Order: sequence, then C-alpha cells, then structure tokens
Amino acid sequence: MNAARDAFAGRDAFAGRDAFAGRVRAFLPAMLLAGALAGAWELYADFSGVQQDLLPAPHAVASALWSNGGSVWRNFTVTAEQVLLGLALALACGSALAIAIHLFPLLRRAVYPLAVGSQAVPIPVIGVLLVFWWGFGIFPKLVVIALICFFPIVVSTVDGLAAVDPEQPKLLRTLDASRWQAFRFAELPAALPAALSGARIALAVGVIGAFIAETSTPSSAAYSGLGREIIDNISSGFQTPRAYAATVVLFAFAVACFYALALAERVLVPWHARRRGATA
Amino acid sequence: MASTGYPPTQPGADPLNLWGNAREGSEVPTELQSRPQPADRRRASGDAPAVAVERVSRTYHGEGGTTVRALADVSLHATGGELLAVVGPSGCGKSTLLELICGLQQPDSGRVACAPAVLMPQRDLLLPWLSALDNAALALRIARVPRARARAQASALFDELGLDGFQQARPHELSGGMRQRVAFARTLLSGKSLLCLDEPFGALDAITRGEMQEWLARTLAAQPRTTRPTASTALSRTVVLVTHDVEEAILLADRVAVLSRRPGRVVAELAVEIAHPRSRTDPEVLALRERALSALGAGEPL
Repeated sequence: MNAARDAFAGRDAFAGRDAFAGRVRAFLPAMLLAGALAGAWELYADFSGVQQDLLPAPHAVASALWSNGGSVWRNFTVTAEQVLLGLALALACGSALAIAIHLFPLLRRAVYPLAVGSQAVPIPVIGVLLVFWWGFGIFPKLVVIALICFFPIVVSTVDGLAAVDPEQPKLLRTLDASRWQAFRFAELPAALPAALSGARIALAVGVIGAFIAETSTPSSAAYSGLGREIIDNISSGFQTPRAYAATVVLFAFAVACFYALALAERVLVPWHARRRGATA
Repeated sequence: MASTGYPPTQPGADPLNLWGNAREGSEVPTELQSRPQPADRRRASGDAPAVAVERVSRTYHGEGGTTVRALADVSLHATGGELLAVVGPSGCGKSTLLELICGLQQPDSGRVACAPAVLMPQRDLLLPWLSALDNAALALRIARVPRARARAQASALFDELGLDGFQQARPHELSGGMRQRVAFARTLLSGKSLLCLDEPFGALDAITRGEMQEWLARTLAAQPRTTRPTASTALSRTVVLVTHDVEEAILLADRVAVLSRRPGRVVAELAVEIAHPRSRTDPEVLALRERALSALGAGEPL
C-alpha cells in the first residue's frame, strides 16, 4: 500500500520534472529567437554609427530600465490595471452584444455596421469628449480600451454562437428544450472557444489600446502609465532609452497576458484545447 | 396545411426558426418511473395509432426557383409498441418523413398525427463538453430534473445498455458504437413513447454495425419492461427506424415500408413475422430481403 503510494508519488515527481522540461522546450524557440534578435540589435546599435537617441542599444535600454525601475514599475501597474479592467469591460459588453445579436437577427443588421464603423474612429477625436464626460480618472481610459477591444470579441462570439451543428436545434426541439435551454445547453458552451479566441486578439490590441488611451486622455495622477511615460520621454527629453525600457515592459506584459489566457482556455474549454492539441 | 390530430402538431415549421412560435401542446417528458401520460394510455388501449401519416406530400423550394419533391402521397401507420422500418435509397425523403413525424416540419398536403416523438439523428450530436452520463441525461435536465437525480436515472440505464464504466468518458474518448449507445440512452430518457431513429448506424463500419444491430434488437426487446414497468406502457414504446440497409430493417423491424426514389412514395409494405433473435442467413430473412430489394428495383441479378 505504502510502496504503491510512494511509487505513485515518485511517478508524479517525475511527471512534474518532465512537464517542466517540456515547458522549457516549448518556450526555447521563442527565447532563442529573442536572444538572437537582441544580439543583432546590440551589434547594429554599437557598430553602425546610428545615434543613441534614434536607436539605443539593448544594454542602454537595460540600464535605463534598471535605474528607473521604481517609476517604470508604478507606471506599469497603472497600465496593467487599465488593460485588465478595460478588457473585462470589453468582454462584458462584447459578449452581451454578441448574444443579443445572435438572439435577435434584427439587431445584427442594425448594430453591425455601426460596430464596424466605430473601429475607424481615431480615439483622439473623442478623447476630449470622454474626459469632459468622465474627468481625469481611469474610467475614460477604460472606455477607450474597451472600444478598441470589443470588436474582435463580438465578431468571434457571434460566429461561435452560430457555429452549432444545424441538426442540433432539431434534436433539442424534440427533447422539448425551450429557446433559452437550447442556448444554455448547446449554443453558449459551443461559443466559448471562439469567444476566448476573440479575447486573445482583443488582449493583443488592448495593450496598444492602453497606450492610445493614455496619450489621448490626460490624467491627473502622479503616475499615468507606461504610454504616457513613453510619449513624454520621446517628445520632450529625448530620453529614448527610457522610452524603450517602458516599451520592453509593455511587450513582455502582452506576451504574459496572451499565455495566461491560453492557460485559462485550457481550464475553461478543455474539450476544445485537447482537440486542437494546442500549446498556446 | 391540413395537419391535425393528437397532440396538436406544433407550429413553427421552418427549421431555421425552430423556436420562432409559441409551442402549444408540448409536454414535459415523463420521468421513467412516473405514471404514464394520458397519451400513452390512450394508445395502449388502441384508441389511436402511434403514427398516422396520411397522403402526405412535401416539396422544397430552393433558391433560384429549383423545387425538390421529397415525398409524394405517402401514407404510413404504426401501432403502439411496433417497430416500423422505413427503407429507401439515399435522398428519398426518409429524413423529411421523420421530421414530419417529430413535428419539426409541416406537410404541404395530407395529415400527420403522431404521439410525442423524439429524434435520434444520424450523427450522434453528443455535446463534447459533457460526460457520456450528462449527455444521456440531457432530456431530463431540460425537463428540469435536478442534476443528481437525472444522473442517477441515466446511470441506471447505462448498466442495461452495456455502457457501465463509461459514465465519465467524454464523447471524443468513445468509439462510434459507444457514442451511438449514449445517443440512444439520451433518446430513451426523453420519456417519449415514439422513438424516431434516423440511420442510427449509418456512419459505423460494417462489423460494428452488425454488433449494434444485435444490440438494438436485444435492447428494444428488454427496454420497455425494464424501465417502464407499468402494464399499460409495457408495449407502448413505438419505434420508427429509417435506414437504407434492407437487411438491417428486416433484422430489427416488425414491419418494413419500402420507399421509392425521389419523390419518395411507399412501394411495398412487408410484415416481418420472424421470431427474434433473427439471423442474417435465415432463409425467411433472405426471402424478405429479396422481396424488399425487388420492390426497390434493385433485386435483379447483376
């Protein structure tokens, strides 16, 4: 009994180490490529004679990141909060709109053109209005991010909801399911993978959305985010290495969020992740 | 639109808008152990046939003015407890016939009056995010049976259907034959007295299909008595089996209706009075097979 349990535990530990090794292997190509690009960048910046203000070398960016760590971190937390809350707002509004469009085809014809058009509105055009309405706090920025993020969520969720096997409604009808039950038992779970795919696209554009939000709606806070930090360092002080340092953080944040969502997908829609055999 | 009878056939004919209209006369499926519905009792006492399809025609109008006549002047009847097989070549309107019986479509002319029917579609349509047990219990969950009780009822059926041990398996982990068994469990647990099976084994390989045919014959022989113990319902489970496999029809059915090529019309009705279990090589089975095939116009030697 004990021996069996030990053997089990041993196998688990082994499986854990294996899983870790597997994960490292999965990320190895990306890390190697990033390292190679950084090396090439370093060589180019050092030996091509390009100006430091135009393209700082990676070591200059690293040292700017190191020496301004405190302020970069505080700005990062501001931006991260905006991105995550903005994405949550976009998910809530986007999936609600998608469900409404799915259930009421009339709404699709009425709302879709407007939703598409809204993606073409340059945010600075409405930035001042948003500040006029909601002030210098976080909310106008969340609205900007949500506005940029909600579209891929709506489109992929609407498609996901409609992708149920056309025979499925007939079956459910003969099982006496109501329209709501057909939605709850079949359409909604079937749409979940597509909705999460939409969320991943939304997240990728959401990070740049935060940059747009910070630069188009002024803030009253002491730390107003990485986007503001980048713009300030580029336009006023020619502190290019500091701008690049903030950009590197944004870059890493987008990658981390993307993989966090992939992980969530594996937990929320295991049947889909397994079928795809996906790692990300 | 001359369709009357019991239960009132449901309005809302087009399949793209299945829930578009208020559904009158839809009944909550009975639980297996509950008392039989009035409809069951009526049929068991012989007041009305389980399936009455009278002179039904159905034509589809496609885009661009094409019309397809699926069914032409089809009449079919089945009494309570009977297993009626409908055989015909591909595209002869068999699926249309089942959808008419299930109330998913309305005939252009003629009359359809059937007991509350449940459809078992050709593809199993199991929901990939549910376990086999929860898939089987779907009808009970739709009828608002609490989850634990629904699972217990489905689990009891799993033993009988040879699915024991597969309760927690996800559909993608099951073989084609097992998936069809789960789909059949889901169909039975709807509590409806009329089962409409649309090519249930059409997608299986020949060996599995043979096994599943034997399994279905056994199950149907045992099913009514074991899950619906009341005397009035013992013989009331009616099955309409649609297939393109003449042998399958003769092995399983009490009566075989042979449908012609499109537009489908009934060209022969054969009573199969052979005791179960039936064998493929039984001379009586072979003789009936010849008769059905010659009715289809395919019986001549090559």
